[in-house]
Amino acid sequence: MSITLTVIYFATGLLFTAAALLAVARIVRGPSILDRVIASDVLLTTLLLVIGAEMVINHHTRTIPLMVVLAATAVFGTIAVARYVSKQDHPAQHENADQELQDAAKNVDARDDTIVDDVAEAAVETPETERAGDK
Amino acid sequence: MTFDDILDLIAAICLLLGAFLSLAAGIGLLRFPDALSRLHAATKPQVLGLLFIVTAVALGARSWSTLLALLPVLLFQVLTAPISAHMVGRAGYRTGNFRRDILIADELEQAVDAATVEAEAAGDDVPDRGVGPSPTV
Repeated sequence: MSITLTVIYFATGLLFTAAALLAVARIVRGPSILDRVIASDVLLTTLLLVIGAEMVINHHTRTIPLMVVLAATAVFGTIAVARYVSKQDHPAQHENADQELQDAAKNVDARDDTIVDDVAEAAVETPETERAGDK
Repeated sequence: MTFDDILDLIAAICLLLGAFLSLAAGIGLLRFPDALSRLHAATKPQVLGLLFIVTAVALGARSWSTLLALLPVLLFQVLTAPISAHMVGRAGYRTGNFRRDILIADELEQAVDAATVEAEAAGDDVPDRGVGPSPTV
């Protein structure tokens, strides 16, 4: 009887370990932040279940408050990330990421030039506006 | 085999089922092609798996008060899991983070199109729907 229980507990631990590792693998591989947040949610759920399983295996009920808090607050991380996912976060649009980075760098350079021009023009115009302000 | 042994065995089997659902979620995360399908896989252990584990803990402790203490866990999870799944699904649809070719039906698309037409008729500015670069100011 006790051997049967030991075998079942061992198998339970093995399945939980595999589940957690698979979730971690998805967090690492991505590709988008939504996949990562879903996988981290699964990892947290697995942790919740492991805490419960550990209570059964070791015959105690001390970590029930931990389960309550985890179950109540797990939602906040997911909502916070999902709320601020931007339209740029699309895996298919990032197939040529290097090209995008170069384009972005060019854009920044061009914008810097414009800003410099604007500042120069503003410096020239400033006296007139000041005179206008005096009147 | 005493009654205690039977309860222990049922609790252990509940543990095994919960762990199996957790593993199913892990495999689904790795095997499914896009974020929305992975969301489907992720919800398996969140309610049913937790139900198994809570049953196992209550059976292992053999007390009704333990079950009463565990009810908030189930309650919170049942209340919050749909919220997070809804938010992730919404963000996934809006960012186009799914494969349209494996969809059977997209009822939301008709609703979005209808809303866009309505907004254009009213003369409002219609925000672009994630196609192409965002307009620079």
